[in-house]
Amino acid sequence: MYAFEYQKPKSLADAAARAANEDAKILAGGMTLIPTLKQRLARPSELIDLGGIAELKGIRKEGNDVVIGAMTRHADVAASDLVRSTIPALADLAGMIGDPAVRHRGTIGGSIANADPAADYPAAVVGLGATVITNQRQIPGDDFFTGLFETALEPGEIITAVRFPPAQKAAYMKFRNPASRYAIVGVFVAQTAGGVRVAVTGAGPSVFRQKEMEAALSKSFSPDVIKDVKQSPDGLNSDIHASAEYRAHLVGVMARRAVEKCG
Amino acid sequence: MSETGIGARVTRKEDFRFVTGRGTYTDDINRPNQLWMWLLRSPHAHARLKKIDTTAAAKMPGVHAIFTHDDLARDNVGGLPCGWLIHSKDGSPMVEPPHPVLAAGVVRHVGDPIAAVIAETRAQAREAAEAIEVDYEVLPAVVDTREAIKDGAPQIWPEAKNNTCFDWHLGDKDAVDKAFAKAAHVTKLDLVNNRLVPNAMEPRAAIGEYDVATGEHTLWTTSQNPHVIRLLMGAFVLHIPEHKLRVVAPDVGGGFGSKIYHYAEEALVTWAAAKVKRPVKWTADRSESFMSDAQGRDHHTHAELALDKDGKFLGLRVSTLANLGAYLSTFSTSIPTYLYGTLLAGTYTTPAIYVETRAVFTNTVPVDAYRGAGRPEASYLLERIVDLAADELGIDPAELRRRNFIPKDAYPYQTPVALQYDSGDYFTTLDMALKAADYANFEARRKEAASRGKYRGIGMATYIEACGIAPSAVAGALGARAGLYEMAEVRVHPTGSVTLFTGCHSHGQGHETTFAQLVADRLGIPIDQVEVVHGDTGKIPFGMGTYGSRSLPVGGSAIVKALDKVVAKGKKIAAHLLEAAEADIEFKDGKFQVAGTDRAKTFGEIALTAYVPHKYPIEELEPGLDETAFYDPKNFTYPAGAHVVEVEIDPDTGVVELKGVWAADDFGRIINPMIVEGQVHGGLAQGIGQALLEHCVYDDSGQLLTGSFNDYAMPRADDLPSFHLGTNATLCTHNPLGVKGCGEAGAIGSPGAVMNAIVDALSPLGVKHIDMPASPRRIWETIQAHRPRMAAE
Repeated sequence: MYAFEYQKPKSLADAAARAANEDAKILAGGMTLIPTLKQRLARPSELIDLGGIAELKGIRKEGNDVVIGAMTRHADVAASDLVRSTIPALADLAGMIGDPAVRHRGTIGGSIANADPAADYPAAVVGLGATVITNQRQIPGDDFFTGLFETALEPGEIITAVRFPPAQKAAYMKFRNPASRYAIVGVFVAQTAGGVRVAVTGAGPSVFRQKEMEAALSKSFSPDVIKDVKQSPDGLNSDIHASAEYRAHLVGVMARRAVEKCG
Repeated sequence: MSETGIGARVTRKEDFRFVTGRGTYTDDINRPNQLWMWLLRSPHAHARLKKIDTTAAAKMPGVHAIFTHDDLARDNVGGLPCGWLIHSKDGSPMVEPPHPVLAAGVVRHVGDPIAAVIAETRAQAREAAEAIEVDYEVLPAVVDTREAIKDGAPQIWPEAKNNTCFDWHLGDKDAVDKAFAKAAHVTKLDLVNNRLVPNAMEPRAAIGEYDVATGEHTLWTTSQNPHVIRLLMGAFVLHIPEHKLRVVAPDVGGGFGSKIYHYAEEALVTWAAAKVKRPVKWTADRSESFMSDAQGRDHHTHAELALDKDGKFLGLRVSTLANLGAYLSTFSTSIPTYLYGTLLAGTYTTPAIYVETRAVFTNTVPVDAYRGAGRPEASYLLERIVDLAADELGIDPAELRRRNFIPKDAYPYQTPVALQYDSGDYFTTLDMALKAADYANFEARRKEAASRGKYRGIGMATYIEACGIAPSAVAGALGARAGLYEMAEVRVHPTGSVTLFTGCHSHGQGHETTFAQLVADRLGIPIDQVEVVHGDTGKIPFGMGTYGSRSLPVGGSAIVKALDKVVAKGKKIAAHLLEAAEADIEFKDGKFQVAGTDRAKTFGEIALTAYVPHKYPIEELEPGLDETAFYDPKNFTYPAGAHVVEVEIDPDTGVVELKGVWAADDFGRIINPMIVEGQVHGGLAQGIGQALLEHCVYDDSGQLLTGSFNDYAMPRADDLPSFHLGTNATLCTHNPLGVKGCGEAGAIGSPGAVMNAIVDALSPLGVKHIDMPASPRRIWETIQAHRPRMAAE
């Protein structure tokens, strides 16, 4: 780890002002940033710890939606009665992230701001048609993830919360990397007010919607109707653990299993 | 049996300090005025060091010194020695290139150390290491042994043509050729034994200290054998005589072989401490462990098994390419030779065996012993080819094994590959494991799984290992440059408590309990009156350390010898006190008694008399009760057993689920069944890890692709089912306890059983072999590759 200044602002405004410095890094749960620093792969001049800003924490209901503060830990989402009763698939997903230590440190805001291609939360954000709320604006989930570790966030823009609309039915299925336990492929399937959504994480450089499956499931929400939908391996990730072809195949398997899990 | 004696499940004495975080590991130790070392390591797999410029780095804050190979050469520091000389088929000695402590002009693997920075803090040393400017001329690299032996492949050592260190063989080639000529059936198999990273929980660490006043050097290090390190480092590298060099291996958090060897960092901190006149400490981070701890396995093998029409094995022919990495690690050369080829008879009566091993240098981390060391490679090969032969001949794999097992009445049994087994019963352990696994009714379970769209399979493997490596004379004749005996000192204190000094080293094996049980049982004293001391050359006269499941067979035998001496002297003292003839004194249950009378002295009374010799045969006997013994084994010990594994495979994902793991082992006499079960559990986890998860992968340029736990898949608790264990003892005939050793068995037997179960599960698809690890991807791709053919048929 290289030396850096550590700041723990009390207000969002203060944090945002500091974050405007392009050599600064925002610290949420630190589950990716701290290992990156320890491996000396990043050299920020300043770390801005959001842990001191009370308004970023907590889970609340707004109308029918569940709003989760950016600094809410995965374990708190997994255990939340409100989330479990409103969108049980979201609580399930949070409970599948990493391991207990990660779930007690990692945050939803940190996860989606980092936009790891193998992270779980992006599948829920896109799969449920959630809205990312920042200190400046509201960004539709569909527009938030723009590429490999890239998002629509502008410099100095800080996620404050994520708003999830409820779904009639939803489920997340994840095929874990045997080493890291990240998603080799994760598929979030939901029947929402705006139609069926199928969001795929882990397979590509960024989370994406499987539109052919969505179309088929809109006609009949059953695993059989997507049996013959072929996910193309083109552009999917390939590494020692899974080829693009294997990932493409797993998208189908995980999608069918997610639909089955919806009941 | 007493509650703490031989055979009792005594809870581990050492666990209080371990589970409450009170252990003292090397990194827990900090010396006054200590500096830190950080090593600049090569980012390239093969490169010439055209220039190393330390000018800017030396001016960085906190930096005391920066050392390179030139500094070591000026002080006449030697290279790291190899402890086993192998001769090739043609009688020529192996190619033995230098193994410099810091790279001498060329780096040969990623992680090869180039410079040592000594600074006030670890962070400062690391900062300065990054500021060293190295001008690399990157050279072509080779990581795969099959490529490395080709003409025109990158040459790692000029003296090693085609990167070959040696081309060794064992066995009777003519006899094997004749056996194949008359065979009714020949089974052929090519397989890979995948490279593994040992990954002890505690990373390696070392602290060097030099006492200017006395000229004494001290090294604290994460070692399985501190006396061996003292000998190698003192005699070959730093030229420090033993009486001025103390090596301490305190609590060590797992070794699995990787902490046997003498590593560069040990020599560097010891040498640097004397140079800068302050203690110097180094602790590896996990990334360094991945690129500097000696790795394991990495064989490519072609094997052929000749059988007669009834399935009797007639001959076995094996040809192996063994990866040594870039340098010869301490015992690397003995692993794919005498710890591998000699095991190829396994549990079978195969009358003719011929094995050739070509050992090859590559631009990878050195390869050396890892749990089982050669024996898992032999066992895996045998058990795969036997299963394949059974499949080809349509014989039940259990039946084919039984037809070829060494008969129960054939011991001592001389194999065609040098070893003589003293005892064993492979029929009983196989039957135990099969019965426990309900092998007889497996087909119903296969059918039931098929009805759910799953492939279910069952597999077995038998194994034998040669433990307690010895006798020294035999090892020496085969090229070992060290003896392989063990030492024990039993120091009885005046009030009758005992300190046992053992040359073995405990780094997870529970010696502090097992050895205390042995002493308490033999002397008839409470177990809490026994303290076990190990791991310090300043306290223990000598020792060869712990590896190869040798601690109880060799170290325990030395303890018994020392205890016998204590009892013999005690009898003399008792005879004098009781005014009886020495021949009439019996020692039993902690009492020296005149046979046939009630006249007796307790062990404590005798101990006190030995140290307060008022009434004592002082003319004939020295005071004191402190006995030392060395034990050099007469033969190896031969633990053996059978493992059965049942799996279910999800064809949609390629995931292998372990439905059951059954092990039936013969470890000879067992001192503490609970500790033995723990050893088997750990071994099974590592063997199953090799079969399903673990794989060390380099890319073609020599970069380590699995350099962290993000990509190197370690087995975790939820990857494993509960294990079903059983034992059947045939006693070792040549050591005083009848013990055989249990440390490696789990890792030796399980890979073959897992892979046989997987191949069995996929046999309806026509699958004949799958290499390890059977990752979901590999299984899925295998299923895909076989499905079209099924359709075409």
